[in-house]
Amino acid sequence: MTTIKSTAAQMADALAAGSITSVELTQQHLDQIERVDSAVHAFLYVDKEGALEQANAVDVKRKQGDLLSPLAGVPLALKDVMAQKGIPTTCGSKMLEGWRPPYDATVVTKLKNAGVVILGKTNMDEFAMGSSTENSAYGPTHNPWDLTRIPGGSGGGSAAAIAAFEAPLAIGTDTGGSIRQPAAVTGTVGVKPTYGGVSRYGLIAFSSSLDQAGPCARTVLDAALLHEVIAGHDQRDSTSINAPVPQVVKAAKKLDVKGLKIGVVKELGGEGFQAGVLNRFHESLDALVEAGAEIVEVSCPTFDYALAAYYLIAPSECSSNLARFDSMRYGIRIGDDGSRSAEEVMNLTRHEGFGPEVKRRIILGTYALSSGYYDAYYGSAQKVRTLLMRDFSAAFQLADVLVSPTAPTTAFKIGQNDNDPLAMYLNDIATIPVNMAGIGGMSLPSGLADEDGLPAGFQIMSPAMKDDLMYQVGGTLEAALLSRWGAPLLSQAPVLAGK
Amino acid sequence: MAAISRDDVAHLAKLARIDMSDVELDHLAKEMDVILGAVARVQEVAGVDVPATSHPIPVNNVFRVDVVKPSLTSQEALSGAPAQSEDRFKVPQILGEE
Repeated sequence: MTTIKSTAAQMADALAAGSITSVELTQQHLDQIERVDSAVHAFLYVDKEGALEQANAVDVKRKQGDLLSPLAGVPLALKDVMAQKGIPTTCGSKMLEGWRPPYDATVVTKLKNAGVVILGKTNMDEFAMGSSTENSAYGPTHNPWDLTRIPGGSGGGSAAAIAAFEAPLAIGTDTGGSIRQPAAVTGTVGVKPTYGGVSRYGLIAFSSSLDQAGPCARTVLDAALLHEVIAGHDQRDSTSINAPVPQVVKAAKKLDVKGLKIGVVKELGGEGFQAGVLNRFHESLDALVEAGAEIVEVSCPTFDYALAAYYLIAPSECSSNLARFDSMRYGIRIGDDGSRSAEEVMNLTRHEGFGPEVKRRIILGTYALSSGYYDAYYGSAQKVRTLLMRDFSAAFQLADVLVSPTAPTTAFKIGQNDNDPLAMYLNDIATIPVNMAGIGGMSLPSGLADEDGLPAGFQIMSPAMKDDLMYQVGGTLEAALLSRWGAPLLSQAPVLAGK
Repeated sequence: MAAISRDDVAHLAKLARIDMSDVELDHLAKEMDVILGAVARVQEVAGVDVPATSHPIPVNNVFRVDVVKPSLTSQEALSGAPAQSEDRFKVPQILGEE
């Protein structure tokens, strides 16, 4: 029987076989949202009517015998960073409160064309800046494994929705780890595709040279199915890669890593990494060896500088990107009483509309780009980026994919890092190098840490446009771990009673 | 000595068009000093012979044929505007009084 705990692939099969309708499946998920979301707060907006309409449209087409895409009729949660026509889109910020985009992001157009049912918009750190979803102007999301803990960020809403069975699939975006780190701390799967693999048109920009949308799911195959729906060249994104989409579904089904070389990155896994996270990481390596892979150690010495470079490049780009929020064309406008100039209104609006982390990063970026400091800060960070890419090229000479723990720790308590931005930034230490080099990265569950019984993540990094390799390794590891555990990791999560 | 003063932060906030309260400025000046201290280490490895990378893939101008395609109507484009008038965005005064 198909339930909200089925995988997206199982739901798709059941829909195709006619044993459930999309309206029934969508209603099951809307009911679950109703039951648990007052406790989890994964959603900022639930589009009940629209979702059921989309579901009904798919059911009608199926009855008519129309040719449908593999995920037609399967529900999905959309990160609130994506523009969806007519649906409130806030990016987790007060600045965009009440805004309804007049157009669809390319990712949304592709989802609609594939008949994927969009349930609603998920919570996130304001403008995707954060690692805990605590920076949302609309309150934090709670981790379904322990409601007193963070679900990761910035895409904590998408990951929590998946983990709480409110949706089988979700869209995230990843600038420094915002898909992968939430996946790690919620026991789910998240993929950052190669930069340029998925269109950024309609994705509200944070750091344009790093931002990339990708799939969130409960299994590697489900992520692959969604990946193939959203990926591909787009004329509306000049950085979109004009090349065939890697065959990730086929790769996820391969379940074989014989002869593959897996590089363990020496610099990611020492000091600062929780023992339980490292234990699960090493067990996962053993499982891959048993499956026939060869493990090699690789060194990427510049990785020690990646975090510092990221916190110059991302704020620099954000200070420029967020200049568009000037209260003139969309979003809120504060203090326009006829006596104030446009500039005064702009200053007041940005004071009110942006939260502390966004202001911090805009100021940092403005500093790093200002004359006199440009070469020392932004310029040096760009050079580090070159060195990081050289490290990756050398490592990929020795190994087909690289691996590390996704995040150094399991989910921490809400409020724990409130007054320490640097401690918060450390969450992304293992995920940031991937964005800086524009390559692919995946996180999948490696098990529960011994100390706290919370999920830990295993990261796989693949060369640019070879996303299929991380799906091949991820699918194989997932199958090996599943046979050890006997049941999916999420079956061990506490049952949410809801309110 | 602090790498960045409270006055510097106030100037940056002005450049970034964000009003900031005294409390915000005090707090941010301290934080900025700590953050800049941490990120300045990029200079340790950024040698003169290392080229800068702005983008992970080569970025070139992308052109398309210059033909008119369907786009937003002016009402759609204005649909999120805080204020509008005569099919245009209405903004507060930009120049001072006559």
